[in-house]
Amino acid sequence: MRDWNSKRRGREERIEAGGRFSTGKVVKADSLTEFLEAVIRPGDRVCLEGDNQKQADVIAKALAAADPTQLHDLHMVQSGVVLPEHLDVFESGIARRLDFSYSGPQSARIARMLFGGQIELGAVHTYLELFARYFIDLTPNVALIAAVSADREGNLYTGPNTEDTPTVVEATTFGNGLVVAQVGEIVDKVPRVDIPADQVHFVVDAKKPFYVEPLFTRDPAAITETQILTAMMAIKGLYEPYGIRRLNHGIGFNTAAIELLLPTYAEKLGLKGKVCTHWALNPHPTLIPAIEAGWVEQVHCFGSEVGMEDYLRARPDIFFTGPDGSLRSNRAFCQTAGLYACDMFIGSTLQIDLAGHSSTVTANRIAGFGGAPNMGSDARGRRHPSEPWLRAGREADPDTAGPLRRGRKLVVQIGETFGDGNTPMFVERLSALDLAEKLDLDLAPVMVYSDDVSHIVTEEGIANLLLCRDKDEREQAIRGVAGYTEIGRGRDKAMVERLRERKVIQRPEDLGIDPLDADRSLLAAHSIKDLMRASGGLYRPPSRFRNW
Amino acid sequence: MIANHHHSWYEASARARLDALLDHASFTEFLGPERREVSPHLPIFDLPRQFDDGIVVGAGQIDGRPVLVAAQEGRFMGGAFGEVHGAKLTGLLRAATAMRRDVVIAFDTGGVRLQEANAGEVAIAEIMRAIMDVRLAGAQVVGLIGGRAGCYGGGSLIAGCCSALVISEQGRLSVSGPEVIETNRGAEEFDSRDRALVWRTMGGKHRYLIGGVDLFVDDDAAAFRSGALAALDRPARFDTAMLAAEQARLEKRLTRFGDAFDGTDLWSRLGVADAAEVPDLDTQPFLYIATGTREASDDAR
Amino acid sequence: METLRYELHASRPAGGTRKIAIVGVVASGNLEVLLERSGAADRCVIEIATAARGFADLWAAVTADFVERRAAGGLIITINDGGARPDTVALRLAQGVRVIEESEA
Repeated sequence: MRDWNSKRRGREERIEAGGRFSTGKVVKADSLTEFLEAVIRPGDRVCLEGDNQKQADVIAKALAAADPTQLHDLHMVQSGVVLPEHLDVFESGIARRLDFSYSGPQSARIARMLFGGQIELGAVHTYLELFARYFIDLTPNVALIAAVSADREGNLYTGPNTEDTPTVVEATTFGNGLVVAQVGEIVDKVPRVDIPADQVHFVVDAKKPFYVEPLFTRDPAAITETQILTAMMAIKGLYEPYGIRRLNHGIGFNTAAIELLLPTYAEKLGLKGKVCTHWALNPHPTLIPAIEAGWVEQVHCFGSEVGMEDYLRARPDIFFTGPDGSLRSNRAFCQTAGLYACDMFIGSTLQIDLAGHSSTVTANRIAGFGGAPNMGSDARGRRHPSEPWLRAGREADPDTAGPLRRGRKLVVQIGETFGDGNTPMFVERLSALDLAEKLDLDLAPVMVYSDDVSHIVTEEGIANLLLCRDKDEREQAIRGVAGYTEIGRGRDKAMVERLRERKVIQRPEDLGIDPLDADRSLLAAHSIKDLMRASGGLYRPPSRFRNW
Repeated sequence: MIANHHHSWYEASARARLDALLDHASFTEFLGPERREVSPHLPIFDLPRQFDDGIVVGAGQIDGRPVLVAAQEGRFMGGAFGEVHGAKLTGLLRAATAMRRDVVIAFDTGGVRLQEANAGEVAIAEIMRAIMDVRLAGAQVVGLIGGRAGCYGGGSLIAGCCSALVISEQGRLSVSGPEVIETNRGAEEFDSRDRALVWRTMGGKHRYLIGGVDLFVDDDAAAFRSGALAALDRPARFDTAMLAAEQARLEKRLTRFGDAFDGTDLWSRLGVADAAEVPDLDTQPFLYIATGTREASDDAR
Repeated sequence: METLRYELHASRPAGGTRKIAIVGVVASGNLEVLLERSGAADRCVIEIATAARGFADLWAAVTADFVERRAAGGLIITINDGGARPDTVALRLAQGVRVIEESEA
């Protein structure tokens, strides 16, 4: 007779084992490592939060201190590999296998450990993809999550940085796994209930807030004239003609420049109310001037941003907030929104090849995918029409009859032809291919595939790949905006001119833009302090951004 | 320059600052870039040179008032003093003594260039002496502090010799820089990455409250111009009585605040009601509370 | 340091009467451009001092495009380069021409 209750019984056994180190649901302060050794079993699938921004850092440290003879061969499934402890557990043998999405801060070390065979790689995912697998074949046995506070029953408040937690808890707790939450404090009453107590089995009082970094703050003082030029071109050459209302900006200085040009340059073009009204976006401080000037109807956030909490509280018409007044973010839903409910994604990259594949991978760093491939992809499952989507679809496929022709999401790669360290953005061969060989991967880690990319914007011009009829046109359109890079200088000049006549390539002059007019006086804010002022003092920039 | 438009001093180049400071078309540059008086030392280190060696000097007028001016380019070698850079300022000051003309210096410097250390240090000393001569001749030397590089090292020593100093919130004035303090004393003593701490310790508001500078202005070119004029309008005293008063003032300052552990502590002792709030105050509210509490300089400069 | 020199045929002479113009600052990723009037109205001489060696063909391409697109005849242009990218170089050159064409006072 088959036992249909093994998971639930297993959870009860873990709860009993953990009970030796806790009082009710609260784990005893100095017994965290032994507690983890008791409730986690060798070979378990463990989700350690691990989000893009917040980290369950106290639990991570305690896990890394565990005895590898007690805890070993764990399969870590987590969005973000961010803290050193996330990799320490592989070095000591506590963990063996990894499925993840993003590893920005650990990109060099994780590459070394993968090459060195210290980590058995399941796969690198996008956020939404990993979340999806939590419900199919990567369901965690144990989830170690981060929350702001808990009450004595175990109701959790996750606050502005709610991020992945509801998704992780849903899969784990209803998949009959164990949920352990690190909280900053235990209170009589939580401001709002983000995770109900019957979904949470243990609570760790870390007595301090969880680790969180400001990842989405860009100092306007660092925005260059060239970035302003690309921003002007994007607004005039894409946002205006396509009428982009619903969009997502990947983080970067080019998109920060666009955000700061809305109340000024875009205002002069008469675009207020016509573009940039609804956003899937983290709370970028650089969007404050546009919000204050009345450009924005609504923003849904993947996570929060350090320093923005009071501003978000004061703008509940714009942001999603709970009855307590603070932001409620949700990465899974915001990713879904970016995928299906936005008409454009625009973001930067490190390398683009002659087909238009784009990648952020270099030979010695593996940063993963995060959410970009979902934001930056054409969702073929989409069915509802919109003007920009239909227009892009017409450009891509003029021959198919209208009623059978799906639209296309605009997926735009924007950047200067030469990036940091004067390395060219345009290359013959992506470093991702070298990495795939080195690690024997089935797929090279490509961020955005060529058949998803609709436009490329550089300081030399905009290439509309939707209008390219074949591989050669595509290649020359790319060379035609690749500036003085080797790829750019290798262009077929005559063909590029013909493409320009067809508006497959548009230069700044074709859009009525003089590069000499692209100067910093166009920015709605010139400094972090300006952003703070624009917010009426509500935005409190973290210390590292201050110059006062 | 556009009239009613906020024009950040902090962001402006040296030339743009002079353009904003001086009356329209009144500027004559001495040893301009076309003279190519460049550093003889930087090529040894394979470093690019700048035609004016990072300082623009010349003559002009502010509100019809003739002045000699100098502006450091903080983005070239951190605005640091080298042989030619220093010599240009020394020569300007010597001309000021001969002409009995006021001088305005827009500081933006990290100190002395490592690559030209000896020449730079000598230049600092020569400049300090030259400033004494200008002041003895009855003219004034006004310093403006509000650039990215701040006013550090030898530059701060020079600033300390000036008749008056005008500073903005973003401006910083100190001999030792934050990283130097941290390296020598440890991060527990001074965490250079804590920028709020840096500004509480060496920033414009602190310097104004402690009496280390004379005027506090907005980060705006027009405000610096007004500040320079106000400084030039003050009586110019420079005699042993004044120096003795300054010495006494500094001794008293050390007694009164020597054991303060943070800028906020010191401001509280000055009588500021809500010291923690000071860094976030806008200019007008800050000047309002400063008026009653700041340490007066008693013309001691 | 590497020094490069280009003597180019200029499509149009630079306008205005200013004798000199200076734009830019020598800093990382930036450059200083000094423009002086001299020589035949159909020639433009460009001299560059740069610490970034081995980019002669890039400089050749940028300067060639510059004299074709802008009115640069009758100018001697001297550059101190702090490792600027080609698009920044092109921008400063264009800014320089705009300044030297400005009317005096």
